[in-house]
Amino acid sequence: MDYEVVIGLEVHAELATKSKIFCGCKNEFGGEPNTHCCPVCSGHPGVLPVLNRQAVEYAVKAGLALNCQIQRFSKFDRKNYFYPDLPKAYQISQFDLPFCKDGFLDVRAGEKTSRVRINRIHLEEDAGKLVHSEWGSGTLVDYNRCGVPLIEIVTEPDMRSPEEALAFLEQLKSILKYSGVSDCKMEQGSLRCDVNLSLRPFGQAEFGVRSEMKNVNSFSAAFRAMNYEIKRQAKLLDEGKPVEQETRRWDDQKGMSFVMRTKEDAHDYRYFPEPDLVPVVLEQDYIESLRASLPELPAARQARYLEEYGLSEYDAGQLVAEKEVSDFFDACAALCPDKKELCNWVLGEVLRKRKEAGEESPVPLRPEGLAALLALYREGRISQKTARDVFETMWTTGEDPAAIVEREGLAQNNDAGELGGLVRELVDQNPQAVKDFLGGNTKAMAFFVGQVMKATKGKANHKLVNELLQKELESRR
Amino acid sequence: MQQATQTLTLTELSGALRTGAVTARTLAEEALSRIRESDLNAVNYLAEQEALRAAEEADRRRAAGEDGPLLGVPVLVKDNICTKDIPTTCSSNMLKNYVPPYDAEVVTRLKEAGAVIVGKTNMDEFAMGSSNETSAFGPVKNPVDPAYVPGGSSGGSAAAVAGGLVPLALGSDTGGSIRQPAALVGAVGVKPTYGRVSRYGLVAFASSLDQIGVFTRSVTDAALALGVIMGYDPKDSTSQNLPLPDFSDLDGGVKGLRVGVADEYFIEGLDPEIEQSVRAAVEVFRAGGAEIKKISMPLSKVGISAYYIIACAEAASNLARYDGVKYGVRAEKFEDLTDLYFRSRTEGFGDEVKRRIMLGNYVLSSGYYDAYYLKALKVRTLIKEEYRRAFAGCDLILSPSSPCTAFKFGEKSADPVSMYLSDVYTVTANIAGLPALSVPCGKSSKGLPIGLHLAAAPFEESRLLRAARYFETAEGFKWITK
Repeated sequence: MDYEVVIGLEVHAELATKSKIFCGCKNEFGGEPNTHCCPVCSGHPGVLPVLNRQAVEYAVKAGLALNCQIQRFSKFDRKNYFYPDLPKAYQISQFDLPFCKDGFLDVRAGEKTSRVRINRIHLEEDAGKLVHSEWGSGTLVDYNRCGVPLIEIVTEPDMRSPEEALAFLEQLKSILKYSGVSDCKMEQGSLRCDVNLSLRPFGQAEFGVRSEMKNVNSFSAAFRAMNYEIKRQAKLLDEGKPVEQETRRWDDQKGMSFVMRTKEDAHDYRYFPEPDLVPVVLEQDYIESLRASLPELPAARQARYLEEYGLSEYDAGQLVAEKEVSDFFDACAALCPDKKELCNWVLGEVLRKRKEAGEESPVPLRPEGLAALLALYREGRISQKTARDVFETMWTTGEDPAAIVEREGLAQNNDAGELGGLVRELVDQNPQAVKDFLGGNTKAMAFFVGQVMKATKGKANHKLVNELLQKELESRR
Repeated sequence: MQQATQTLTLTELSGALRTGAVTARTLAEEALSRIRESDLNAVNYLAEQEALRAAEEADRRRAAGEDGPLLGVPVLVKDNICTKDIPTTCSSNMLKNYVPPYDAEVVTRLKEAGAVIVGKTNMDEFAMGSSNETSAFGPVKNPVDPAYVPGGSSGGSAAAVAGGLVPLALGSDTGGSIRQPAALVGAVGVKPTYGRVSRYGLVAFASSLDQIGVFTRSVTDAALALGVIMGYDPKDSTSQNLPLPDFSDLDGGVKGLRVGVADEYFIEGLDPEIEQSVRAAVEVFRAGGAEIKKISMPLSKVGISAYYIIACAEAASNLARYDGVKYGVRAEKFEDLTDLYFRSRTEGFGDEVKRRIMLGNYVLSSGYYDAYYLKALKVRTLIKEEYRRAFAGCDLILSPSSPCTAFKFGEKSADPVSMYLSDVYTVTANIAGLPALSVPCGKSSKGLPIGLHLAAAPFEESRLLRAARYFETAEGFKWITK
């Protein structure tokens, strides 16, 4: 039987603040274990938290970027549970008065755009990490990550397929990176998500029983985990068995999920207001100043590319997906008259090189460099092939394209006299090919072009060579 | 000299240091030897080397022209206030090996003022108790009569000051833990307004109620000590950035002061001798020109219930970090992680602490939260409101500090509720965050001290201490010892 899939997500993003949320320790990935710690973040007796203003700013910015209502009055609460990576045995989080509520993100998946509502975004502290010892059976704890500021973004169960959920995650990540609130590096754990998924017969209004999937460490893992869960639940339903409300752990290597805990042994977190922090009151002016400080977000940028540059929706979507790429495109666009040509170069060459260098690596080119290269090509001073070669060199050395062309003698040969002589010579030397051409064989033309290019080391003006050849060959008719 | 420095107040010792009649080094040596010879069990840890070094440094600073009320004065610090490189045990087996890597803000301020910390005082375990009998290191004895408890939880600090070991000791007060023992030993004990003194480095019992304060032999001494430890600290988000109280008019008297007295304070269960003393105290205020106002405080009777719910809830969370993982004591044998938690906490905590942790978790658990914790928070709001209304018509509220004088060891420890009722007069000041103090108010027929409790509106420490100073001089204040 076919079921409608219902998906809700809980996304944790570590904020890119300079210091931790409640103390002055560095907020930095990596480092020797337990070196970014102090009495406060390692939970010593007697210490007190002091809220990092930048963390609040980033949480609010994330909310504004996701169309949330920002709460003028919010507070922190303690979530109590025992685990060795949580040195205070409670996490300072927000329970009933989070900073942001009731937002949404319009998600484009394939041809369909749908609205995913954001229930809330709250601010909390991250826990440390357990390290399983290489020298024995012991488990060690690294508290470096303790107190790293984290936002939890909770959606409504508005997604209806893994594809849609994946598109939501990609666009969410893009927005968080645009807003500068998180670097969203899944491989470093700065973006993590839990997937809530249930099935119901099409047309049924009530939701089915959901499971919650944890330990989903990449978008592709999330996609696999969702598809697995759909199959698992559908099988149970088909067999007339109940789906249990439970928390499951995804094992991406095995491609399976396992029960972590059932509803019966769900934690009672005994939330209560954090007495060591005072409630936070945000002035409307402050909220508005943060709103004004947000950069142009991907959706607005995409619309601008359509309107101002006449790019296709698809191309524009590709360009804005990553802020670094889009910023680079914008910087180049100010210098290049032909936006379509620029778009082709960025989506083609730039993305290709960037992929080779590893996802999310910076673009090492200066916008002036790429603009100058395109100008050389447009003005006919280098051939397309040369342009590609020069691009490669620029990517590695960062040199000015004109300097590369000059040094390596790559300037396009536009000399009609010289090329005309070469063409005549080649036509004289290849009577059979001439006969073929005159007999209607178009490959013969390509043969001659190839010969000219070979003789000029690719520098001959392609268009000019074509004209000269056409004329010369026709004259032999 | 020993006998002399033993009976001197902080003000007098400060004067002797200033004139060069005595050195900080001598005072420290004498205090250390008194503590060593004392059988009060008031001190958990004697910081001999540190104290002598600090005393010599204080003498150098004085020689260099520096002066200050605490420069060179020996002090004791309650063992739940963190001292860098000096054990801070909270009188618990759980933390018997804990040495903090940092100083509490008050300790930093004491050191900057040149005070000489000679050790850490015994207390009820994690400040939970009213008799000092819950200490893992044995009870403190009342210097007035060693058969009696000194009160709690700051029993060691109270006994040390009243027993002449030092002129000043720091305590902490969550529900009366400074004022009740001050009353029971016959010392001055002051709990400032919540937010006046940084809690940074005070091992938390109930964060929204805890406040550090002082034990001294006179109100003037308390003012000097408070002048050093009060003040805004950005490390404590609940500390208030307000001008400090002005104690320059401490001897200004009480003429025109409106003193509120509520009928509800003279309740069943109040020792008649205490009632008599406190009613006499009212007349002392009237004689000084104070206006006695009858007020009504009907909610004072629910204070204890609300207090124990809020305090236990916060304590359950605050004490969860003692899990045997990071610091403190870990059980030697355990099967797995849950067993490690279970055994470490079973072995590390005493009965009273366990009782309160269980109570706290119960009132916070889902299904009970609204009935207990949320209701207690509502009562808290009402109590604050009741005080606000009362302070619209009076400047100070006067009551007994404790319903009873010091009791004998074991007398109440079997009955937690009767023990909890020791704090009936003191807890509401914590619930409302008010400044309050206990000042000696005569003795019972058995010779046991009686305390007078005064509370003021938030941040009115200046008015509070002026009234107490009037009372101690009007009474012909004498520091009470055996």
